[in-house]
Amino acid sequence: MFEQYIEIFLGFLKAFAVGGLICMIAQIVINFTDLTAGKILVMFMLLGVAFQGLGLYQYLVDFAGAGATVPISGFGYLLANGAIKGAEMGWFGAFTGALSAASAGISAAVIFSYIMALIFKSRTKKN
Amino acid sequence: MTGKNRQNYNKNYIAYVNSFDPPTQHFKNCFRAFLVGGLICCIGQFIRYMLEGVAGLSGDELAGATSIVLIFLGTLLTGLGVYDRIGRNAGAGSIVPITGFANSVASPAIEFKTEGMVYGMAAKMFIVAGPIIVFGVLAGTAVGLIYLLL
Repeated sequence: MFEQYIEIFLGFLKAFAVGGLICMIAQIVINFTDLTAGKILVMFMLLGVAFQGLGLYQYLVDFAGAGATVPISGFGYLLANGAIKGAEMGWFGAFTGALSAASAGISAAVIFSYIMALIFKSRTKKN
Repeated sequence: MTGKNRQNYNKNYIAYVNSFDPPTQHFKNCFRAFLVGGLICCIGQFIRYMLEGVAGLSGDELAGATSIVLIFLGTLLTGLGVYDRIGRNAGAGSIVPITGFANSVASPAIEFKTEGMVYGMAAKMFIVAGPIIVFGVLAGTAVGLIYLLL
């Protein structure tokens, strides 16, 4: 029973450390290059695809759980992982696998954004 | 003032203006990004444990459900105007997690609603997320085809 709590605590600690580190790397890139948010997101997503393409990101996901899947590189991991799993089924799977794996995220983003756009009005930005 | 003299003058002026800019606080920025990014991932881990323990999900279903809940929270906080306030201080800590992706979809959707439902809300929704999906599909399918050929 006690060991189980330690395991849960370690899970949070790993997620915090790995997720925080990925965000810190992104912040360092922003500080030194003035890239916009969109380009940072694309860059980290592509890094996730590349690392999973080489089969490396899976180790990070197994180690850190949400710490590796919650950052946008986890979205790239999902795309690459889906495509690889699809490729085992044949050429059609290789073609459809990437978006099938990411469909939960994209559908959720579209549906909830639509609902929020109906509910909320845009506010004047106070900077 | 012509030629080289003018260039020097511009250069001096830019240096003068920049001297009023507050210096980028690298350490503070990075620490905040680490803290906020880590906290969002901890919330993700918490949702993961909850869905695993209470709803009994596992594998791909668990990962998908976790991102759906996080995206819901991201769009809700964007609608309430809270997420922009977090983002002003957290920088990459609020951009890089999946909630930042949700924010980048919901924020223009809410903002451009006034320009109509089709060309305003629906079209502008993907102004930041569009490139992510385009390059993600290209790169993901490329990986799939490489594995197919190997």
